[in-house]
Amino acid sequence: MAYVFDFSSVLEYREVLIDGTLKTLTLTAIGTVFGLALGILGAVSRAWKLAPFDRIFTVYVELIRNTPFLVQLFFIFFGLPSLGVQINEWQAAILAMVINLGAYSTEIIRAGIEATPKGQIEAAQSLAMNRAQIFRHVVLPPALLKVWPSICSQVVIVMLGSSVCSQIAAEELTFAANFIQSRNFRAFETYFVVTAMYFVLAIAIRQVMIQAGQRLIARRVK
Amino acid sequence: MQKRQFLRTLLATALIGSATFSLTAQADALANAQKNGVLRVAVPQDFPPFGTVGPDMKPRGYDIDVANLIGRELKLKVEIIPVSSTNRIPYLSTGKADLVISSLGKNPDREKVIDFSIAYAPFFNGIFGPSDAAIKTAADTAGKSVGVTRGSVEDLEFSKIAPSTATIKRFEDNNATISAYLSGQVQLIATGNVVAAAVNERTKIRRLDTKFLIKNSPCYVGVNKGEAALLAKVNEVIAKLKANGELNQVSQRWLLAPLPAGL
Repeated sequence: MAYVFDFSSVLEYREVLIDGTLKTLTLTAIGTVFGLALGILGAVSRAWKLAPFDRIFTVYVELIRNTPFLVQLFFIFFGLPSLGVQINEWQAAILAMVINLGAYSTEIIRAGIEATPKGQIEAAQSLAMNRAQIFRHVVLPPALLKVWPSICSQVVIVMLGSSVCSQIAAEELTFAANFIQSRNFRAFETYFVVTAMYFVLAIAIRQVMIQAGQRLIARRVK
Repeated sequence: MQKRQFLRTLLATALIGSATFSLTAQADALANAQKNGVLRVAVPQDFPPFGTVGPDMKPRGYDIDVANLIGRELKLKVEIIPVSSTNRIPYLSTGKADLVISSLGKNPDREKVIDFSIAYAPFFNGIFGPSDAAIKTAADTAGKSVGVTRGSVEDLEFSKIAPSTATIKRFEDNNATISAYLSGQVQLIATGNVVAAAVNERTKIRRLDTKFLIKNSPCYVGVNKGEAALLAKVNEVIAKLKANGELNQVSQRWLLAPLPAGL
């Protein structure tokens, strides 16, 4: 039962792999930026009960967190065109990732906001700061700092989840793997290489996120 | 002593057996069928729209219609023998059937074992799209988006001939490819004519019309080697059915498309 590995048949397609990796990273980067922005809006709406947005975000969070990502993606890609909204596979993939991360990060960041000691807010009020200023300077940075490890994990999960976008012909890293193994019939080697690539990507993204947290947030809090 | 006798009997049985077998194989199947008044035809039972079991539990489909038409022309009663794609040729070569009408494609290996009639049904991979799309060759797909099922024959063949400006979108399975077309995510798709027929039968959203062929492997009637009389008769009947339009009606009924001109 000795299996002879032949990685040259995978390396032949290295351009496809590199291209797929870049697209996975692009998807993740755009998804993270807009997803976290959406998450912050959702979190403050829900934590501070800003009507009517708190209700809207509650429905949104429940809807997204209780349905599979693949189904959400199919809904956007195959469903919206039937309603006359024509979007291509990249727009659908990015939209699905933003919506997905938005829902999860709403809940993560809300936990951080709700953990802000009342005394801090009262102190800010006594300095005559308005609500927007209090949120921006007093509440948000420590809240994000508290939950940053969870956010890092969620971003990695979203990056790994982007592999599902291969189903709608978005040519990211998993698509590259499926494409290669449908041409060289070397499934083991192909997925071996791609698994290793995902592993490295996940570690790298986590490191970048941790660094970003320290540069952008930790500095402001101290 | 007893052992030797046993071996001798065994050998004799084997010899007689093979003699009878070769007799059946070399007999004139047409004359036999005419003597019995029955034409035995092996048809598929699990391959729509060529052969399936209908709600009345009887086989039906393109191949069954063709079998009945041939029987009518030869003035013989048709005995339908449902077979699977793996045992359809053994049925013929062991003399259990006179004809195989079972969406059989031609290839050199099969040609060594049996003979083929002229083509009676279209079976091909091609580019399909809306009826108003003016596409006749691979070059016309320039600038268009074409959905294919990744790793399929269509994918491999079309990737070779597609112009560089055509966008090939590769989906996971036939369903996704078809959904992408029906929802307008791709302008054309590459698939098989049988798949396209099944889609056209079930949905009226966007029809699939044949634009051009990528790989053609039509279906032939299989007959045993050395059955020249039967083969000639079958060919004559198929040619007649093509000429009088009856085969075209069968194609319209089961494939929802006319017979291609070149068949």
